[in-house]
Amino acid sequence: MPKLKIDGVEIEVPAGITVLQACEMAGVEIPRFCYHERLSIAGNCRMCLVEQEKAPKPIASCAMPAAEGMVIKTDTPMVKKARNGVMEFLLINHPLDCPICDQGGECDLQDQAMAFGFDRSRYHENKRAVPDKELGPLVKTSMNRCIHCTRCIRFATEVAGVEELGATGRGESMEVTTYVEHALSSELSGNLVDLCPVGALTSKPYAFEARSWELSKTESVDVLDALGANIRVDTRGATVMRVLPRLNDDINEEWIGDKTRHAVDGLRYQRLDRPYVRKAGKLAPATWAEAFTAIASKLEGVDGKKIAAIVGDQCDAEAMVALKDLMAALGSPNVDCRQDGARLEAGVRAGYIFNPGIQGIDQADAILLIGTNPRLESPVLNARIRKRYLTGRCAIASIGSVADLTYPTERLGAGPATLRELADGKLGFSEKLKAAKNPLIIVGMGALSRDDGTAVLALARELAEKANAVREDWNGFAVLHTAAARVGGLDLGLVPGEGGRDVAGILEGAQAKEIEVVYLLAADEIDTQKLGKAFVVYQGHHGDAGAHRADVILPGAAYTEKPGTYVNTEGRVQLGRRANFPPGEAREDWAILRALSERLGKTLPYDTLDQVRSRLVAVSRSFAALDQQVAGNWGTFGKAGPTSDAAFASPITNYYMTCPISRASRTMAECMASRQQLLAAE
Amino acid sequence: MASLDRTARTFLLSEVVSGFLLTLKYMFKPKVTVNYPYEKGPLSPRFRGEHALRRYPNGEERCIACKLCEAVCPAQAITIEAEPRDDGSRRTTRYDIDMTKCIYCGLCQEACPVDAIVEGPNFEFASETREELMYNKEKLLANGDRWESEIAANLQADAAYR
Repeated sequence: MPKLKIDGVEIEVPAGITVLQACEMAGVEIPRFCYHERLSIAGNCRMCLVEQEKAPKPIASCAMPAAEGMVIKTDTPMVKKARNGVMEFLLINHPLDCPICDQGGECDLQDQAMAFGFDRSRYHENKRAVPDKELGPLVKTSMNRCIHCTRCIRFATEVAGVEELGATGRGESMEVTTYVEHALSSELSGNLVDLCPVGALTSKPYAFEARSWELSKTESVDVLDALGANIRVDTRGATVMRVLPRLNDDINEEWIGDKTRHAVDGLRYQRLDRPYVRKAGKLAPATWAEAFTAIASKLEGVDGKKIAAIVGDQCDAEAMVALKDLMAALGSPNVDCRQDGARLEAGVRAGYIFNPGIQGIDQADAILLIGTNPRLESPVLNARIRKRYLTGRCAIASIGSVADLTYPTERLGAGPATLRELADGKLGFSEKLKAAKNPLIIVGMGALSRDDGTAVLALARELAEKANAVREDWNGFAVLHTAAARVGGLDLGLVPGEGGRDVAGILEGAQAKEIEVVYLLAADEIDTQKLGKAFVVYQGHHGDAGAHRADVILPGAAYTEKPGTYVNTEGRVQLGRRANFPPGEAREDWAILRALSERLGKTLPYDTLDQVRSRLVAVSRSFAALDQQVAGNWGTFGKAGPTSDAAFASPITNYYMTCPISRASRTMAECMASRQQLLAAE
Repeated sequence: MASLDRTARTFLLSEVVSGFLLTLKYMFKPKVTVNYPYEKGPLSPRFRGEHALRRYPNGEERCIACKLCEAVCPAQAITIEAEPRDDGSRRTTRYDIDMTKCIYCGLCQEACPVDAIVEGPNFEFASETREELMYNKEKLLANGDRWESEIAANLQADAAYR
């Protein structure tokens, strides 16, 4: 633990950190452009110069290790002059186009020029001109503004794992480029925009739309994948303008995937903003009262067993618990939250959550991916695995489809048979798993949402137990979900009750006319053709598959429009907050169910959000603790049985369109087209 | 003595005479009133009247949608929406000023980096309805076209002091 003196204050810092980090610990802010906590150190912007006693010249604090007995000064005339000089050099070639630059107002260069710069230029020659690069539909470039900090290059290479960005030339003729013009092939490319300290890389869909000072910021949680990334929703008036990541080291660090960031324009299109009732085969606009009457008259005298409900992938826990209570009041056991037919059980919590936590990936030393493609299912989690891979000494293997995950994996086989062999210790990798201190077994929906999913789950549990992955101090059994509502739904027990039907059973029943009424709570991922002649009530926010088939549409709120509780794949309960209001007559989902229950004469016993949330805790204790992962109890889950030979395939083949919001998004459509073009070119 | 003096003034109508004398004096001096609206008083080049959006001599609108005027406006009278134009440049799709909110402080023209929004010399834009005072981009650009020569001359005259 070296001891050093910073601006006259003695401080003891952990070994191996840099002078810049030590200064930060001492509460001294050092300006910087190229240095970033989560990237390797480049030391090329020189903005972080500080004075070190007995050193002949200023030192770059970001690249200098803190050592015993150093005396650092950050407020001397020498430091001031050094910063001033560096700033002047950086501004030599930086165009004066802040008024038309989208970074204006949230620009590091702008801020630091105000704080440390000289107030006029002594440079009267022509500025450098650099051609703009094409980086795909998400990142807009304006390369004249580039100050060559190389953060983008380091991010693409290190975190995103696509070695596509680089620099050509040196000195003034240095250019950041993709060498051959092509769109970035990363699912994390939106983060380049956040990283760029100037306006060289800005967001293309958001180009010129708003200024940072016009936006109201709401801290919320993402629901487009099961990771539950922490986000900040920026709105202007009633419109969501953009989504930015929020720092949370336990979950998403400071990255979010492109879908999370850019699918929000889907919230503006195809919205359900008023109730509809099907009359003579056509959906006609109706009032809430008419819609409720249509449902009530249909439900009158229908046996509870003939009513069913399917819960969608992005529902908040409040709506789910209200639906659960309503269905119980109607006497229906046919409730299911597993649209994709995942063979997960509600009982044993450790059997359906990502037990080690996202942070647990950092401690794992052998990782097995079963039937999952994390790059498509959760790109941020994939980046975390890549980060673990980069630190070394971690064997990574996969069973299932072949894909480029941005890190090498040993492919063991395709299907359940390989898993069996692995559990029996017949493969080389079983030794590695057993030898590992913290083995991590990630099971994806590709392995579980199959007919033999229960058997596969049992196999995975057996493997985890044999590999000693489940111990007092470490639980390496991890389920990677693809739906943000899934863990919450399982926590609340939204699975078929005694004699109830699951999703496949409901669809079968609907076709056989054994199910008369189906309530879809924002459920769009089912085959609506199979709903037969059943009376379908769709409550959701987008005119997607479910709404097209519906007989009554109740307009609900999307995730930015309601205060909601979500449980991510780790089993961490997080609160999403309301950033804007739902359009037109649409309402919060739990409130709709509460109002409907009153019309049906089965009034639910809660009137306020607080009361619903107390009900959540009453149903499942896991909702009592916010923002922390509650460990699940281990037990027996899954059931050994025959398995098929079919290969595991990730349920997501198209990352950009997985839910009603992303399907309605024009940006996502552009991304898809761009990616297809890229694949065709290869 | 004082009462005698007062009585003498009263009977000699001295106040009336001095009043008429003053009137007579101003009959030979130049007039200070103007025959509005046929005549108008002088205006400073810094006069802050009706707003206008200017164009470059080649007809290109100056405004680049930086929204600094919107941000600085203390009365929040300005509303701007922007998006990339077909040629990729940053332009407004909407530029509204609520002239009933405006307090004519001139901060918008001070904030403008390209001298696009200016307060011109026109002060005769009273209207019969409030709606007519909700200016949109079209109206503001038309104002700019109409007043360009005066505005340019004013800016020229004031340039030395800015």
